[in-house]
Amino acid sequence: MFLAGCNAVSLGDNDGGQETVKEEKQASDLKVGVSISTLNNPFFVSVKEGITTLASENDTKTIISDAQNDASKQSNDMDDLIQQKVDVILVNPVDSSAIQNAVESANAANIPVITIDRSSDGGEVLTFVTSDNVKGGEMAANFIVEKVGKGAKVAQLEGTPGASATRERGEGFENIAKNDLDIIQSQTADFDRAKGLTVMENMLQSNSDIQAVFAQNDEMALGAAEALKSVGKKDVIVVGFDGNDDGIKAVSEGKIAATIAQQPVEMGKLSLQAAYDYFEGKDISPKIDSPLELVEYK
Amino acid sequence: MMENIKKRKVSLGSLGPLLALIVLVIVVTILNPNFIAPNNLLNLLRQISINALIAFGMSFVILTGGIDLSVGSILALSGALTAGLITNGISPAIAMLIGMILGSFLGLLNGLLITKGKMAPFIATLATMTIYRGATLVYTDGNPITGIGDSFLFQFIGKGYLFGIPFPIVIMLLFFIILYILLHKTAFGKKTYAVGGNIKAAKIAGVKTDRVQIIIYTISGLMASISGIILTSRLNSAQPTSGQAYEMDAIAAVVLGGTSLSGGKGGLFGTLVGALIIGTINNGLNLLGVSSFYQQIVKGIVIIIAVLLDRKQNKD
Repeated sequence: MFLAGCNAVSLGDNDGGQETVKEEKQASDLKVGVSISTLNNPFFVSVKEGITTLASENDTKTIISDAQNDASKQSNDMDDLIQQKVDVILVNPVDSSAIQNAVESANAANIPVITIDRSSDGGEVLTFVTSDNVKGGEMAANFIVEKVGKGAKVAQLEGTPGASATRERGEGFENIAKNDLDIIQSQTADFDRAKGLTVMENMLQSNSDIQAVFAQNDEMALGAAEALKSVGKKDVIVVGFDGNDDGIKAVSEGKIAATIAQQPVEMGKLSLQAAYDYFEGKDISPKIDSPLELVEYK
Repeated sequence: MMENIKKRKVSLGSLGPLLALIVLVIVVTILNPNFIAPNNLLNLLRQISINALIAFGMSFVILTGGIDLSVGSILALSGALTAGLITNGISPAIAMLIGMILGSFLGLLNGLLITKGKMAPFIATLATMTIYRGATLVYTDGNPITGIGDSFLFQFIGKGYLFGIPFPIVIMLLFFIILYILLHKTAFGKKTYAVGGNIKAAKIAGVKTDRVQIIIYTISGLMASISGIILTSRLNSAQPTSGQAYEMDAIAAVVLGGTSLSGGKGGLFGTLVGALIIGTINNGLNLLGVSSFYQQIVKGIVIIIAVLLDRKQNKD
C-alpha cells in the first residue's frame, strides 16, 4: 500500500476523492462564483444580469468573472473562484471541451457546478441550463404551418454541421415539418449571415416557388431576407432563431416574419434558482429548459 | 569607483519592480488574506507560467531592440499541431517534440525575415502573426481539437504535480534557469546585449548580429510553442483562438520587469518579476471580485507607472 501523500508525481488535485457533504444553506448565506464566456456579447451580459438581479433580491453574494472568450483565462478564473471557496459555481463555458478540467477541479474541491448555455464534456455537473432547441424548432415549424398552411414549400438553412444547436433545432423543425410541410431543400450556411445570403440565392435558382424559410439562427435569417428582397420575393416568410438584438429589430421592421427568441435573463435566473434549490435540499434535474418565446411581426 | 556606481545603479534598476511586487502583494493580502494561502500562491504561479515562458523568450527579443508579435499565434499553431498529431495516433512525446520544432521553425522564419529580408521586427511579426493564426484556423478548420486521450505524459505536462508543485511551474523555473545562464553567463548573452545596445558597434566588433537575431527569434518561437503545449494539456483540447493578445501580456511582463523597449538594458529576473506582477494583478483582483473591465484598466495603469518610474530612475 502506498500513501497518497508519498507520491512525488501525481495528476490532478491532491485533495480529490472526498465524499461530497452537502449542507443546507440560505440564499443570503451563499457565495456564488460566476464565470461568463464573454461580457462583450449582449446575450451573455443578459445571462449575467439575470443572475445578479435574482442574487440581489435574495442578498446572495456573487463574484463575477469574464473569460473574454479565452478558454485558458476561464480555466484560471475557475481556479480563482475555487480558491475563494465559493459555495457553487455557475459557468457559461467558452468551450465545452476546454472547461472539463476546471469542472473536475471544482468537483475535487466539492464545489457544485452549474453550466449555462454550453455544457461540459466531462466532470460532474449539477445541472445544465439551456434553451430547449428541439421545442424551438417545433415552434418555428408550427408558426409556418399556421401562416402559410399545410403542405407549404419550405427551405431550411442549417447551422454549423455537428453543432448541438444545429442538430436539435433541425430535429424539432423536422418533427413537425415532415408531416405538415414540404421541405424542398435543406442546406448548411454555418450560422453565418453572408453564407445565409448566398445559400438562399442558390436555392432560389433551383426553387423559385419557395413559400417559407426556416433559418436556424437570426444571422442566416437576415442573410436569407436580403436574398429574397433582391429578387423581389416579398411574400416569402422567413423565421429565425435566437432573438438577438438584430433579429428582434428585423422582426419589428417586418424584414423577417418571426424569430424564436431565447431568454438569456431567464436563463441566468434559472441557473441561480437551481443553486438555491440545491442548497435547500431539493432534487435537481440534470437539465433545465430555459423558456423560448415566439416573437412575430404584427 | 566608476564601476562601483554603475553596479549600484544596475541593482537599483532591478529592485524597483521587485519592490512594486512586494507592495502589491502586501496590499492584496490585506484586502483578502486568502491571497497568501499556499494553495493560491501555487495557483497563481501556475497561472503565470504560460505568460512567463513566452515573456522569457520575449526578453531576448526586446533586449536586441526587437519585438515579437507572433507568439500568441505560434502558441496556438504548435498546440493545435501537437493535439492533432496525438489524436492521429502519434505518441505524445514525439508529437510534443514536433510541436516544439514547429514553434522554433516559425520563430526562425521571423528571424530570417528580419535579418535577411531586412524587415522591421514589428512589421515582420505582425504579418506572421496573421499568417500563423490563419494556418491554425486552416489546420483546425476553426474547431477545437479534442479527444487527445489520457496519455499520462501529456496530461502531466499541464496538470501534473511534482512533489506537490504543479508541473507547469517546474517547467517555468527550469527554463528560467537555462535561459538565465544563457543570457547572463555566456558569450551569446553578451552578444544579445551588444546587438541591442548598438547593432553597428556590435557588427564592427565582429558579432555576427544576424545569427544572434535569428537565434533569439527561434528561442522566442520555441518558448511560445512550449506554452502552447502546456495550455493544450491543461485544457485537454487545442483552441484555434487561444493565445490571442498574449504577446501584449508578454511584452508587458518584460517592460514591467525593467527591460527597455529600445534594447540593451534589462534582464531575465526582471521579466519573472514582471510576470508575477501581472499575475498578482489578475489573480488578486479576481479574488477581490473586481470586474475584468477594471482589471484591464488597472493593468494598463500599472504598466504606465512602471515605465515612468523606470525613466526617472535611469535619468537620476
